[in-house]
Amino acid sequence: MSVPLALLGLLEREPRHGYDLKRDYDAFFGRDKPLPFGQVYATLGRLARDGKVIAGEAEPGSGPDRKRYVITADGVSDLEAWLAEPVPAEPHLQTVLFVKVVLALLSGRSAETYLDTQRAAHMARMRELTELRRSSTLVDALLADHGLFHLEADLRWIDLTASRLDALAKEVQA
Amino acid sequence: MSTAGGPLLAATDLELSFGATPALRSASITVDAGELVAVMGPSGSGKSTLLHCLAGILVPEHGQVVFDAIRIDTLREAARSELRRSRFGFVFQFGQLVPELTAEENVALPLLLEGVRRHDALGRARGWFDRLDLGGLERRRSGELSGGEAQRVALARALVAGPDVVFADEPTGSLDTLAGEHVMELLVGAARDQGSAVVLVTHDARVAAYADREVIVRDGRTTSLLPAR
Ligand SMILES: Nc1ncnc2c1ncn2[C@@H]1O[C@H](COP(=O)(O)OP(=O)(O)OP(=O)(O)O)[C@@H](O)[C@H]1O
Ligand SMILES: [Mg+2]
Repeated sequence: MSVPLALLGLLEREPRHGYDLKRDYDAFFGRDKPLPFGQVYATLGRLARDGKVIAGEAEPGSGPDRKRYVITADGVSDLEAWLAEPVPAEPHLQTVLFVKVVLALLSGRSAETYLDTQRAAHMARMRELTELRRSSTLVDALLADHGLFHLEADLRWIDLTASRLDALAKEVQA
Repeated sequence: MSTAGGPLLAATDLELSFGATPALRSASITVDAGELVAVMGPSGSGKSTLLHCLAGILVPEHGQVVFDAIRIDTLREAARSELRRSRFGFVFQFGQLVPELTAEENVALPLLLEGVRRHDALGRARGWFDRLDLGGLERRRSGELSGGEAQRVALARALVAGPDVVFADEPTGSLDTLAGEHVMELLVGAARDQGSAVVLVTHDARVAAYADREVIVRDGRTTSLLPAR
């Protein structure tokens, strides 16, 4: 999972303090696995160093959470490129697919275009594996089958999600 | 067989409604000679309707279908029927074998209808049985075959006359994974050997992955995305 890009996606909605950003992240993506504070600040530090976000002046008060972070144009363009790009089709991708769809919907971008691109990438990989399977030993075929069944599961999720995008957008943006 | 440079089969901007139900709103597809194209999409999106238009079974209200340089959507029914018999093969999900005929007679049927002598037609039909792992089942009737066996007999019937295009609508839809894969291996192998193009309608991504590319139908419209990268 790509925490820096997910944080950029959340920051694109509005400038946030580190603490609020962590809460947003956990609400959308971290239900089973909340993001540790240390990782939030370390990631924001790197993003600031690379010019993807700008940290505001520290506001008076105690504790580390006294800066507000703002995404830069460079950060937005990284986010956009990432959202549009299909993830290499491998088994066990579900969470990245999920994050991309939610971030696209949150920002009013077309999740449908992304899902279509992802679906095409998955189908292309499935064709490769099918071809491999047809020309290989039974043991290699077994491995190809394992990949094929997992990619198929992703594809079913992609199809189902595509058919529910309107309702999902309403819920996510509410 | 293909017209110089162009695709073997091309449908452009097809529209067709059943009463008030629009089944195709703007569907376009091309199929090259020998190419395997999967048609995918949600239930009710218009996949079967598109296949029927491509095969000259249904006539679109708008748009055109060109096969081998012939505009087939404007042909009269008799001419379309002749074209289907002589140039196309068909496999569907269920119930396509003639129950009164033996398996080998079912396979020979397209040849018999073309006027091939019975002896020769049955000889050619029998040639398909070993190839499709059906050896020994030549004289069974469809009620005496398993679903997978019946589907392979139907496959042989679709292929026996060396069609330019095989139209397959959910050919593995009623089979389990293994039997479905068996049917697909045989369909793909035989179609490639004799250079038949295949238009394959399926819900199943693993089945579609046997094709060269896929076309998605949603709400009566086609989209075909080339894979990124
Ligand atoms: N003969 C018919 N009479 C009336 N409506 C029809 C007829 N055939 C199809 N339809 C309608 O046209 C639309 C498209 O149907 P079609 O059979 O092409 O869908 P499909 O994509 O093949 O679906 P499935 O995956 O369930 O087979 C549907 O709304 C269906 O109800
Ligand atoms: Mg159908």
